[in-house]
Amino acid sequence: MYEINCDVAVIGAGPAGLSAAVAAKKEGAGKVLLIERDESVGGILQQCIHPGFGLTYFKKELTGPEYAGRFAEEAEALGAEVLLNSMVLEVLPESNQILCANSEYGMTRVTAKSIVLAMGCRERTRANIQIPGTRPSGIYTAGAAQRLVNRQNAMVGKNVVILGSGDIGMIMARRMSLEGAKVLAVVEIMDFLAGLTRNKVQCLDDFGIPLKLKHTITRIAGSRRVEGVYVAQVDENKKPIPKTEEYIACDTLLLSVGLLPENELTRQAEIEISPVTNGPAVNQYMQTSVPSVFACGNVVHVNDLVDNVTTESLQAGKYAALYAMGQLEGEGREVESVTGNNVRYLCPQRLREEKGAKANLFFRVLAPELDVRIEARCQDRVIASKKERRVNPGEMCSIQIPLDDVTDDVIINVVKEA
Amino acid sequence: MKKEIICTVCPMGCRIYVEGTEDSVTSIEGYTCKRGEEYGRQEFLHPVRILTTTVKVEGREDHLLPVRSEQPVPKELLMDCMEVIRKQTVKAPVARYDVIVPDICGCGVNIVATGNIG
Repeated sequence: MYEINCDVAVIGAGPAGLSAAVAAKKEGAGKVLLIERDESVGGILQQCIHPGFGLTYFKKELTGPEYAGRFAEEAEALGAEVLLNSMVLEVLPESNQILCANSEYGMTRVTAKSIVLAMGCRERTRANIQIPGTRPSGIYTAGAAQRLVNRQNAMVGKNVVILGSGDIGMIMARRMSLEGAKVLAVVEIMDFLAGLTRNKVQCLDDFGIPLKLKHTITRIAGSRRVEGVYVAQVDENKKPIPKTEEYIACDTLLLSVGLLPENELTRQAEIEISPVTNGPAVNQYMQTSVPSVFACGNVVHVNDLVDNVTTESLQAGKYAALYAMGQLEGEGREVESVTGNNVRYLCPQRLREEKGAKANLFFRVLAPELDVRIEARCQDRVIASKKERRVNPGEMCSIQIPLDDVTDDVIINVVKEA
Repeated sequence: MKKEIICTVCPMGCRIYVEGTEDSVTSIEGYTCKRGEEYGRQEFLHPVRILTTTVKVEGREDHLLPVRSEQPVPKELLMDCMEVIRKQTVKAPVARYDVIVPDICGCGVNIVATGNIG
């Protein structure tokens, strides 16, 4: 078996992995190795050729390749190394080893002092949402179609229906239209848009694409190729209403129905997973339940902005480097961050007391609300608070809290201002 | 002429109501910040969009070069710009921000590479 030794090994060279590698090198880590299954670095951003990235982090509107390019170039300039075409098969936390299959070296064993999990997420498929009907060709997840159209020079269809109003779905509606296809409808089961309003305006309205809220696809027709889909209105329990069904003839169906953190390696390594985020539970150092293993980006929780991925991945990389250099305590007393009023989940889930330090707590609300106060409480003390004009489940919120006296669990509440 | 515009400057999504003629705004309401007001005026008088697409690479069937308009282009020119870019091919090597199509459709905006081709 081919053997590689390094200080910090990062699994995945997308935006999370690249940022983590940059931060690890800047912190002074010796050999930092990115392990990537694709033939080039940048992850999903390579196919996200549209603008809208970097508005928070760079204060500039960049496309995906530009955003990824900045970190790829910085990682390279700092001397981070990359092992491409390498599929990680197993993470062994006891020995800090990673087993991967590389197309050139065959089976490869990487031994590191610390490991960063940055595998990202993957799309939910037809199987996840169980659409009845035949199984013809022409059914793609929106991201798979995006890769084919934007990177591999393969057009996926001419007359398209899109299920799900998530951002990737809407962005593909525009992309397919620009490439000469006809997008017949975007079908959304909820009574509100899943993605950003900006994308509805610029991707659907600009091209006259109808958005059918409170509708779903009840059946797919076609034997060799998709011939059409049946679309029906749904009731308040999201059940299709009989007799509202209509047939839309099309040759292609794109699914934009959600993302799932890709945690097979994490589970196999018996690292604690949060049941709400489906990603590893971490502390403010992005350290998992295994002290030598850190995690960042969409593998931890699905983000809506890559800028937030960068912020938390820089943390993960920094502390993975400190751990590798023996400068981060492996163990320490930790409290939990607890979801209070109108909070669905919080990340990091665990907090360690640290004099003079602060942590950004990222969270999502359960329901949209206007004019709220976000407060962090520890026992009967309010340790941080801020006002927000608007909160929405689709947009990640955050609050910075001091870690001086987190003597007990920290509860986050989002309350309507009186 | 009267238009209802959904502001896309931030996630608030304010509804801006603009009245005016082809080249002037006579009334604008519903915006809640200065950037929103500017967006409302621009979107009423002359909507523009950043165009992103891909360009074929000579001799590499399964590769594409991602490109963008350096500045936003007039919305009504998007499909015309696509026609021009569709006919374009590039030869490797290409570096990020190399100009691929100068002054596309005479609107004064360059189409530039957003990726590298080695």
